[in-house]
This record gives sequence, C-alpha cells and structure tokens, in this order.
Amino acid sequence: MAELVIKNGFVIDPSRNINGDVADIAIRDDKIVEKGGKDAKVIDARGKVVMPGGVDIHAHVAGPKVNAGRLMRPEDKLFKSPNAQEHYRMEMGFSIPSTFKTGYDYARMGYAFVMEAAMPPLHGPHVHEEIHDTPIIDEGALPVFGNNWFVMEYLKNEEIENTAAYVAWLLSATKGFGLKLVNPGGTAAWAWGLNCLSINDPVPFYDITPAEIITGLMKTNEYLGLPHSIHLHHNSLGIPGNYAVTLDSLQLAGGITAKNKFNREQVMHSTHIQFHSYGGDSWANFESKAKEVMDYVNSRKNLTVDLGCVTLDETTTMTADGPFEHHLNSLNHLKWANTDVELETAAGVVPYIYDKDVKVSGIQWAIGLELGLYAKDPSRTFITTDHPNAGPFIRYPRVIKWLMSQKAREATFDTLKHSSKVIDATDLHGIDKERTLYEIAQMTRTGPAKALGLSHMYGGLGEGLDANVAVFDLDVNNMPGDPEEIEKAFLRASLFVKSGQIVVKDGDITHHGNKRTVWVNAKVKDNPQVTRDIHDKFLKNYTVSIGNYAVRDNLAPNPYVIEVDVEA
Amino acid sequence: MATITMKPFKTPELFLECSNISPDVFAGKSPSEISKLEVREGKIRNELGDFFEVTGTSGTTAEDTDIVIEGDCSRVKYIGMKMTAGSITLNGNADMYVGGWMKGGSIHVKGNVDSFCGIAMEGGEIQVDGDAQNYVGCAYRGDWRGMRGGTIHIHGSAGNDIGTFMLGGTIIIEKNAFIHVSTHAEGGTVIIKGDVQGRVGGQMVKGDIYVLGDVTYMLPGFKEIGQVDKTIAGQDITFRHFIGDLGERHPKKKGQEIYGNLFLRASSPSGIPQ
Repeated sequence: MAELVIKNGFVIDPSRNINGDVADIAIRDDKIVEKGGKDAKVIDARGKVVMPGGVDIHAHVAGPKVNAGRLMRPEDKLFKSPNAQEHYRMEMGFSIPSTFKTGYDYARMGYAFVMEAAMPPLHGPHVHEEIHDTPIIDEGALPVFGNNWFVMEYLKNEEIENTAAYVAWLLSATKGFGLKLVNPGGTAAWAWGLNCLSINDPVPFYDITPAEIITGLMKTNEYLGLPHSIHLHHNSLGIPGNYAVTLDSLQLAGGITAKNKFNREQVMHSTHIQFHSYGGDSWANFESKAKEVMDYVNSRKNLTVDLGCVTLDETTTMTADGPFEHHLNSLNHLKWANTDVELETAAGVVPYIYDKDVKVSGIQWAIGLELGLYAKDPSRTFITTDHPNAGPFIRYPRVIKWLMSQKAREATFDTLKHSSKVIDATDLHGIDKERTLYEIAQMTRTGPAKALGLSHMYGGLGEGLDANVAVFDLDVNNMPGDPEEIEKAFLRASLFVKSGQIVVKDGDITHHGNKRTVWVNAKVKDNPQVTRDIHDKFLKNYTVSIGNYAVRDNLAPNPYVIEVDVEA
Repeated sequence: MATITMKPFKTPELFLECSNISPDVFAGKSPSEISKLEVREGKIRNELGDFFEVTGTSGTTAEDTDIVIEGDCSRVKYIGMKMTAGSITLNGNADMYVGGWMKGGSIHVKGNVDSFCGIAMEGGEIQVDGDAQNYVGCAYRGDWRGMRGGTIHIHGSAGNDIGTFMLGGTIIIEKNAFIHVSTHAEGGTVIIKGDVQGRVGGQMVKGDIYVLGDVTYMLPGFKEIGQVDKTIAGQDITFRHFIGDLGERHPKKKGQEIYGNLFLRASSPSGIPQ
C-alpha cells in the first residue's frame, strides 16, 4: 500500500469551496484519503499551490486527422523537438506533437484527463491505438454523430429511441465517451461540395435541418442519461457574422433539461466558442460579438462552453468540418488534406499562422480572452485552445496568464502590428478584470470534470476521488508581479501526482504513469429494427464488414468503463 | 579580428551535430569554454573538445570572430547553423547542413559539402570550392519558406533539388546540376553554368533561372517568348527566354501576370526545338 502526503500547500479546490487554505492532501494507492498513515511518504509543498489534476474537455490529440497533420507537416518538428529526457522517449513537434510529447507535456502542466474531441467512428481503432501510445494521461474520445446517415435517417422522423439504440451501439463499438456534433448537416453536405451555414439550411438529400439534428441528439443524450451532454461545434464556424447562428443554435437547448446520474447540469456543451462569436459581414469589418454570445450563455444554466483561445502561433488546423478547411485553404493557399469518412463524417487539415501582423488574428486573440473574462460562471467556461486549431495545448499556461493579468494582455497588444484596429473591433483593451487562481481552477479542473460527468473521479481533492494532484510554484499571498512567472509555473508543475504515482517533479517526467482509456457503455433494451438497420448498412453501404469495424479490446488495454443502464 | 582555430583529432563513430560551431556561439568565449560546448552524436552527449583541439582567441562579438577549421569534417553536421556574422573557413570537407538557416557572415569550405548546404538561408555568403550534394539552398522538408537571401556559390557540381521553395537570394553552380531546380520557387536567382538534366522550374511561380550549358529535358509547363541579352558573371550572353510554370497560379503585380523565368543560353547545343 503506497501512501503519500502533500503537506502545507495552499490548497485550491473549487469542488469543496477551498480557496488557498493551507492543508495536507493524503493519498493511498490511487485515491485521495482523509489522512495518511505514519509511514506515508511526505512531500512538502509549503509556499506552493496545490490543485486537482487538470481536465481538458476538448483537444485533438489522437487519430487519423492528427496523424495526417503530422505527416504533412514535418516542418512542425523543426527546432521544436527538444532532446529526449534521459530514460524517456523522444519528443517531437509543436502543434501536432508526437504521442509521447503529448502525454509528457500534459503531465508537465499537471493535466490528468484529456478528451479527444472528434473520433471518426470508422477510424476508432486508429484513435485508440494512438491514445494507448500517449503516456500518463487518462483519455476518452467523442465519436462524431452530427452527420451520420443513421442519425439523420432516424431523426428526420424524430425516432429518439432508435437513435439512442444506434448511439449506444456505436459508443460501445468504438469505445467512445459521448456525442460530438461537428457542423451538423454541413459536413454531410460537403460530400456534394455544399455546406449548411445556418441551423435551418436543409441537409441535401436528407430532408432534415441542422436544428433538427442538434435537438434530436440532445434528446437522445438525455434519454440515455450519458455522463456528458452533446458536445457541439456549431454551424458556420470561423465566418464573420456567425454569432447570430451561434445564438440560434444555443437557443435550441431552451426546452431541454439534463437527466443523468452524474451530477451534470448542462444539456449542450458549446465548444471553441471563440470561433463562433464573430461579427461583421466580411474580414474588412470583422469584429467581436463576445459580449452578445457570453451574455446569452451567462443567462442559461444548462449550457457550458470552452473558449478555443487563439494563441498567436503557427499551428495546424484540423476538423471534421470539411467545408471549413476548404474555405481556410482558399484564404491561405498552404497545404490542404481533405477526406470523406463513409456514412459518417469528413475531415480536413490546413496549416495556419495566427500572425501578429494580421488584424484578423489579433481580433480572434482578443475574442477568446473577452469570452473568458465576460463569463459570469467560470465553472461553466473552460480554458481550451481547440488544440491545435487556435493554438497548441502547451499554450494553456499562456492563456491563463492573459486571463489573470491585464498587464500581460497589454504587453501582447503592444506586439500587434494593427493594435489600434484590434482595439476598435474588440472590448478587450477596456476590460480590467483579472481571473483568480480559484477561477482558473474552476475553468481547468472542477468545471470541465463536472461537465463531462466525471466529477466523481476528477476535478477535486475530496476523499475518494482519483489521486491526481498538481503542485505549482506560486504563492497565493505573494503572486509574482511579472505575469511571465505565472505562465512558467503552469507550464512546468513543481510536482504532479497522477493516479497516486509521482509522474512529474520540477517539470521533468519521472514515471510513465498508469494511463487509462475512459469510455461509456450504455445499455438499452434490444432494438431489432436498429440491429437490422446496422447489418443492412454494413452489407449495402460500408466498404468494411461489421466484424472488422469495432475497436477490439486489445487496442484499449487499460479501460475504465462507465456503465449507464437506461432501463434502471 | 580574432581567430579561433579548431583542429579535428578524432573521427566520430556516428555523425556529430555541431550547430555550436558558429561565431555567434564562440564570441566572448575562451578556447577552454568552447571545448566544453555540447555536441551530440545521436543521443550521446559529447563536448566539442572530445573531437577538436581548440586554440586562439575569439572576438567579443560574432562580427569580429573568425573560425578556422584545420582538417576534415566529413562527419560533422550543421557547421555555421543560424550564424549572423563573422566567418568560418574549413580546410576540408563538411557533412550536411553547412550554413543552414544562416543570416549573415561568410562560410568558405575548401573541400566538398554534403546535402542541405544553405538550407533556408536568409543572408550571408557560402563558398564551396568543391562539389555539393543535393538540396543546395532548399527549404526544410515540408516547409513552404525556403531560402530568402544571401549567396551560395558552388564551384563544382551539385545534385538535385536546388533552390526548392526559394524566395530570394542567389545560388551559383559553376559546373553541372542533376535535376529539380527552383521547384515551387517564388523568387530568387539560380545560375547553373554547366548542364542540367531536367525538371527545371517545376511549379515555379516567380524567380529566375539561368542555364549556361544545356537542359536535356525541358518541362512542358514552360513557353518560349523570345530572346534577351544579359550580362551574367561578367559575360554578355544571349539567352532564349522561357516563362512558366504555366500549370501554376500566376499572381498579378500592377496588372501584369507574374511568371517564373528560365533563361537558356541561345548557343547551347540543346535538343529543345526553336
């Protein structure tokens, strides 16, 4: 029995309303316990901040599009691949890091759980192989449903039970965690070179609208009572003036209440909201509508959002929003990968430079931070960069710095070539709000854990939770005057314990950890029609047979399965 | 000016990664400090002093630091990487990446260089008395931002992929080149005084290529538009003027469409029909 006590740190645990009290955290094996025994190993965290392990609700870290990015961008590794830490694996890449670098860097930042945000079901085996190759961090993956033929065919007749039976089958076949929707209907339209730019655009050949898909999947999700809500990438991403579409789409959550046993309150998680809060009608008069969007989110308790902050880096965009990647490529003329995933989804990959010399990039940067500062409830607003779309995840500490320090924001304004134009098109310059460490812990730990329905495992330091504890070199009573020190502290945790194992010390990896794959097994009663439909489609439409489709157990050798029984 | 002299006394078993051999790194350091700089042989850490005897004095800045390497560096990569000023003289051969990402100063290799000489170079001057292998002045793998400035002068021959994704600067090959010259280029000048087999200017958008010898196989994307007289390397020469690559996009400047230019010496015994 391994025991560990982290003593005398400033504990910040929003799950128990603890804000900087000096306390000890005791660990036995892989769980947090009330008190350590007398033989427990003691680690002194005096003068440092102790937080639960981080929870990333949305990042693209595994699977075919990430790998396509790695293949098409060898230059992403240039001068950004540090020499390997002795006894550990080589680390490569920046915006599309190798699996090992992904695991190591998340651990260095004190993150315990990361959600792969878009798993093409057909490529589930690849996603899980890469997840398995990513050390230390626990991961789950959200299969995409918003453009799936089965879903659209059932939902056009409002067959929620049939949709639920199909969803339950697919979650189990792909070892998936929940329902992701990417540009619902629009990606299916892309197979014909078309798109759905509003929630009422009919999906070609399907006699259904994005609004009906979103509403139908929300009802399906609550019918099943899954840990997470639907996870929605709205239509019309990245287009000036799209905030109106975003508001329409958010309003669909209006009549729906959360029904689950996981303490989750939202029915819609609206992801990378920065990309969906744009005003103007062209790039010339492009402006922020962060306030309009966040005012609405603030007023609705059944919504959560993550930010998708632009970090002003050269990065690699990748999304199942195929038509958007085509649009982006026509703007920057760099490399473009595009693929269709039969019956299910599509994807595109394009490198992108958020350039400090370009006005639009500066405005996008400001919008992400405005949203993070306008949010009234930080436990419903999570820090992400839509890794790697708006910036790589290793910039989370920088986003934290910007949210915590007006001085840091002003310093970045000074580096923008068109700062006065950015100031005109956004509100950020006038906002003096600075987030506290407690709020940052809500936005990176307690909040996302709850929204994922995982607050019984992650996001807190209460007794019985998984022993994921991050210690950062920050003194709550004497915060550094130089905001750079905040970024530095969050980039390299002074200590990180993952599942009871010390995996990081002074920013260096010390152990390969006990990685798990978290997935959801929803049991529904037998549905012969759906079973027959699935077999039919595999006979008629899929190029693979049903026997070769599912993710086999050996591809996810360390599973943590959350059972959901709809009948019970 | 102050000179640091390095004498190789041991051949590395693998290949030595010596991006530290640069006036920028050496400036202000004593020979014993320089000897302690890290160089990697694969994943094995070594010190420069394990392979080179370092003597002399360095300047206070890169600009007044000259480095002379007395001997063969056939297994030494990245000599002069990212240097901004000063000079390196190498009395022998060098391995890959000589002067890669270089911004200023000068490098003179009195022997041959391997591939990637002057990769993604931004400024300064590289002279190679012997031959170069492939990828002279090219872009890094996958990158669309190649050589931007400076001059690479190869007094012998060069292999394939010269000036890939070139954006500016000048590459001069005194003898022959193999294939792929200025592929994807959007600027810059390549002068080949000998012969090239083919694939000259593929997917080129902008920039100039001069071939004083022969092109054995022309690409179909180039069109002859006339003859021009030009002075190249002090010689007055009449060239056949081709534009291309016609299969690529053609940006406009002041209403004029921009093309890449291929100038082929009119008196070359080329098999290309007039």
